[in-house]
Amino acid sequence: MSILLNEKTKVIVQGFTGQIGTFHSTEMIEYGTCIVGGVTPGKGGSRHLQRPVFDTVKEAVQATDAETSIIFVPPPFAADSIMEAADAGIKYCVCITDGIPAHDMIRVKRYMRRYKENKKMVLTGPNCAGTISPGKAMMGIMPGHIYAEGNVGIIGRSGTLGYEAASQLKAMDIGVSTSIGIGGDPINGSSFKDHLALFEEDADTVAVVMIGEIGGPQEAEAAHFYKDNMKTPVMGYIAGLTAPKGRRMGHAGAIISAFGESAAEKVEILQECGVTVVPNPSEFAKTVKSVLDKL
Amino acid sequence: MDIHEYQAKEILSDFGVTIPAGGLAYSPEQAVYRAKEIGGEKWVVKAQIHSGARGKAGGIKFCSNDDEIWSAADELLGKRLITAQTGKQGKIVHRLYVEAGSDIDKEFYIGFVLDRQQERVVVVASAEGGMGIEEIAKDKPDSLIRVVVEPAVGMQPFQAREIAFKLGIDKSLLSQTVTTLLGCYRAFRDLDAIMVEINPLVVTRDNHLIALDAKMSFDDNAMFRRANISELRDKSQEDAREMKAADRGLSYVALDGNIGCIINGAGLAMATMDMIMHSGGAPANFLDIGGGASPDRVAKAFNLVLDDPKIETMLVNIFAGINRCDWVAEGIIQAVSKIDLKVPLVVRLSGTNVEEGRRIITESGLPIIMADTLKEVAEKAVAVWKEQTGK
Repeated sequence: MSILLNEKTKVIVQGFTGQIGTFHSTEMIEYGTCIVGGVTPGKGGSRHLQRPVFDTVKEAVQATDAETSIIFVPPPFAADSIMEAADAGIKYCVCITDGIPAHDMIRVKRYMRRYKENKKMVLTGPNCAGTISPGKAMMGIMPGHIYAEGNVGIIGRSGTLGYEAASQLKAMDIGVSTSIGIGGDPINGSSFKDHLALFEEDADTVAVVMIGEIGGPQEAEAAHFYKDNMKTPVMGYIAGLTAPKGRRMGHAGAIISAFGESAAEKVEILQECGVTVVPNPSEFAKTVKSVLDKL
Repeated sequence: MDIHEYQAKEILSDFGVTIPAGGLAYSPEQAVYRAKEIGGEKWVVKAQIHSGARGKAGGIKFCSNDDEIWSAADELLGKRLITAQTGKQGKIVHRLYVEAGSDIDKEFYIGFVLDRQQERVVVVASAEGGMGIEEIAKDKPDSLIRVVVEPAVGMQPFQAREIAFKLGIDKSLLSQTVTTLLGCYRAFRDLDAIMVEINPLVVTRDNHLIALDAKMSFDDNAMFRRANISELRDKSQEDAREMKAADRGLSYVALDGNIGCIINGAGLAMATMDMIMHSGGAPANFLDIGGGASPDRVAKAFNLVLDDPKIETMLVNIFAGINRCDWVAEGIIQAVSKIDLKVPLVVRLSGTNVEEGRRIITESGLPIIMADTLKEVAEKAVAVWKEQTGK
């Protein structure tokens, strides 16, 4: 099984007809993702990649019954697109866009609170590589072939570091149930904790790898969640041991600005909560293997 | 993006925050002239650099006559001020702000931040003004007042009053305190700030509420819609290479080590740096050339990193996802054959078409050391660096 996404999930693409949207939609369709249409305001009624284009997400949802969307809209308009998706009844939304203003994300998060818990949209990203359930479907910009099918969950902030982990696993014949990118922005959709909870419910995910980095409280929050609520083993890595304080390391959110945000401090919290720490980034597969062997 | 104190004060003043009379000076003569314009008997000459803790570093001078102002300005202009926040290279002083001196009765701390836990704007205040927020949090954590702003409606007057009462500000200054706090909040929200700090906010002996220092920092991601703010950027306050990188769409941070790094993706870049440290070396920089890693970007990255004279070994780690390793390999070969590379180069490629990429590099005949894994690239880079430098 997998979480959030499988081969039956109907997906619409917001920003479908743009250059980036077109490129990645093509890749996703090739991988087997059930893309049922797209949204580009003003191009409704036309067809693109043999699929219908709609003016609004609402129209797309009505016509296709899609409950999932992926966003490739440029940063100035992306927050608006996320809110449009939530309003149209989309249940799961992946936002790839990098560079959304933080104040826009505050508004998005506030807007999403207007829905009751069971109707609330799950958002992953922005500024992420997307989500993939290997062998089933892919919603994102990752190279699908580096993931093997299997039963280890991955949650990470970074795209390429997630690829590194997935390919280390594949080299040791360890497969992935679902890999989720939550993105590198300071204010993002769902957190490590939210997805740990989903993986804990998923009968086919036997272990989860959490790939965190400096900045923000989410890794620590997830570690505490693991300690209090989970039986599925969790392994964690925190990137940025060499990162100086107060400097932004590429991701808008990768900055140590408060106590508890450095890699060393986060690793300590992971250890205290019983999360198996991946000692260095070349040992993702080795650590997962040793945990799987004990199951 | 950071701005100078005087710029932050001008902005906040437009939003109703009271600031002392002051003026900008680029020369000692101008500084003296500014003091005359301001009038009074006491002045403060303040170095304008993008850093806090200027006082302890000697960047703030209290003066009571023309001679003192002239020599304070003369000493500060052109000087590299090294504060607790600038790093050892310091920041150069090109501008001075001359301000009327104030008789301080009480000092407060006021800060507005984007709180990542709350995902909202949080106002932090303390009656222990004048100290840095980190010192306050460490030494007087009980003095911290935190108020969370509801984004749908913004900061409300009752929240500002609550802060004023908790700070123990005299009731005669209540409405001015409310104006100050709400003004800061509006500036924060309307201008896409990520930090506004008044430290200290002071009550003077003649019972005025004045922002004695002000700091603002803005969201780089929002500068496309804040032309007036992005104009305030002072490039002299930024590291030359970091600025050059930013102008080329690369994300670069200078560090202290000797192993130059070119990596795609922020997470992989941090992880590779961690791996270098784990192998006994130290990275000279963080550099994320973006997920795509086009040959053109690789070439630009080589020029940028090698511009740093302390580089003794180069490491390239590219995970080719959407693009292909053979394409990245050609980019590396193009870049390396154009430059006169004097230091060892270790390259690791992985992802799509990796065998083809490795073959292209091996067959190029260039002195490039190949590595297969993340561990290997870090270990080989550190080993060759140690061998070459004897360190």
